Amino acid sequence: MKYQVDERGYYGNFGGAYIPELLFKNIETLKDNYLKIIESDSFQKEYKRLLQQYVGRPTPLYPAKRLSEKYNTNIFLKREDLTHTGAHKINNTIGQILIAKALGKTRIIAETGAGQHGVATATVCALMGMECVVYMGKIDVERQMPNVRKMQMLGAKVEPVISGSMTLKDATNEAIRDWINNAENTFYIIGSVVGPHPYPDMVARLQSVISEEIKVQLKELTGKDKPDYIIACVGGGSNAAGAYYHFVEDESVKLISVEAAGHGVDSGESAATTVLGKVGVIHSSKTLLMQTDDGQIIEPYSISAGLDYPGIGPFHAHLFETKRATVLNATDKEALTAAFMLTKLEGIIPALESSHALAALEKIKFQKDDVVVVSLSGRGDKDMETYLKYIDTYK
Amino acid sequence: MNRINALFQKKKKDILSIYFTAGHPKLNQTAVIIKELEASGVDLIEVGMPFSDPVADGLVIQQSSAKALENGMTVNLLFEQLESIRKEVSIPLILMGYYNPIMQYGVERFIEKCSNIGIDGVIIPDLPLFEYKLHYKEIFDKHNIKCIFLVGPDTTDERVREIDNSSDSFIYVVSSSATTGIKTGFSDSQISYFARIAAFKLKNPILIGFGISDNSTYSKACEYANGAIIGSAFVKAVSADPNVHTSVTKFISAIKGK
Repeated sequence: MKYQVDERGYYGNFGGAYIPELLFKNIETLKDNYLKIIESDSFQKEYKRLLQQYVGRPTPLYPAKRLSEKYNTNIFLKREDLTHTGAHKINNTIGQILIAKALGKTRIIAETGAGQHGVATATVCALMGMECVVYMGKIDVERQMPNVRKMQMLGAKVEPVISGSMTLKDATNEAIRDWINNAENTFYIIGSVVGPHPYPDMVARLQSVISEEIKVQLKELTGKDKPDYIIACVGGGSNAAGAYYHFVEDESVKLISVEAAGHGVDSGESAATTVLGKVGVIHSSKTLLMQTDDGQIIEPYSISAGLDYPGIGPFHAHLFETKRATVLNATDKEALTAAFMLTKLEGIIPALESSHALAALEKIKFQKDDVVVVSLSGRGDKDMETYLKYIDTYK
Repeated sequence: MNRINALFQKKKKDILSIYFTAGHPKLNQTAVIIKELEASGVDLIEVGMPFSDPVADGLVIQQSSAKALENGMTVNLLFEQLESIRKEVSIPLILMGYYNPIMQYGVERFIEKCSNIGIDGVIIPDLPLFEYKLHYKEIFDKHNIKCIFLVGPDTTDERVREIDNSSDSFIYVVSSSATTGIKTGFSDSQISYFARIAAFKLKNPILIGFGISDNSTYSKACEYANGAIIGSAFVKAVSADPNVHTSVTKFISAIKGK
């Protein structure tokens, strides 16, 4: 198992738990219990039941015929956009809230950027009748108002964060601070494969249902056990981690991670972490992150609020360093072009994040008989304002 | 002998340690603040190195860090400002900052630089004990720089012992499960936690920090420990009064109740 986390919480050179002492006991407890809980019959039964009856799994693996014709290959879309709340995020929040309950926690906190993870967390808190506080940068609160209202309607308290650059990384800082101040009763539901060990592994396991389903569905559709390519966007990297999980040890499956290049990797306004980042520690994890020479963390930029995170999960840093995954990037323009193309060819409006994965189709030379799976991580409802702004340019 | 060890050998009670953020409120006051603190009778100084993402800190230190970075503070500049500090003061000096900027500077290079300048100890709140022992203890020991660790109310007895065994300076006892500058005054459960730690009879002296802001909390902490650490309250005081001499003197005499 070359690409799984080791007993110290590292993926190769990345990961660990760089936490203040005040969180030590909480993280230790989680570390000692998460596998036991996830592997227990009672958890598996309830988790699978909710994924099926509440989330709407399995999500289809859709053979995209017209898209395949365009690229002269065989493209399958993993339709995470069809889940309840509209993105893969809920696979993780359902799992983590069950773990929180098993640990006897009564209060849930979360961070959110665009609001997708916040909505997914508020949703499962409503489902379980648990108190929920979501930290969201003040700037994001203002530009993602529909998601803020959804969270509020679901009963969550949305706390606007005014520290730092008032976006996702600062919301994460503030959630960590809340956790330090309420360690006894509070469980922190992190939204991606980031944060201190065991979070990256825990979130990857909860998202691994994506590749578990791909395996079965691909066999049914094509008779093949595995695809030639899996393409997914990477901000923190949770949908990619889930889509890769059951294929990562099989090196014949090419993994293509797509980062957000914003206005271009050299423009100064980008979120292409593997190109622009250096090894450092962000949110308690040693990984690649965008920073100044002096070690101050830089605020990244992307048109997609779900990809403008200054780091990447340690699992992805490891896949990048070992060259197990190929990391490409797509600019705002390329992502928008891909979004309008998919809408036109297949009648599916993708999330801006997923559009970055779709944009990579332009950058790879496929064979006619290749099987290509693209993780369509979310739907575009939340991005309509952006799409409408550009509709005349791209339609 | 390391100045921190020398201090605790000589003085067992009522030790006062003050934290301030370098580069705040003004960029070039680091040496001035240190000199004033020494002159006012403080025993130990923690110089905070600002970081963009200080997760263990409350609003006051977050804001002072943001301001310091905005003013242009960097690790390099701080070392420049402290280059000749040992010609001016003899008080033990500790640098306190998050791991990432130190990692980017290079841990060994950082520790060597501390040693050359005459810094005595370092506090890195997000460097786990496990990583320290595995990678860095040898470097710290070689240069006689002390690494100071924190314990909190949830730290188990066994871990308190482990931290004590791995330390050779003092233990930073965090008064409550909170970020800095959040709570003021001590509850009964905090007092019994202080008593629990005191009863360990650790080989290292202990200083209590977080939530100490006035004479009454300082005196209370000193009943259960060798002394106390003040951060946020002092940071607030120096930002309120542009005259460093008066703000430091006034603040310290109020803490000491003189």
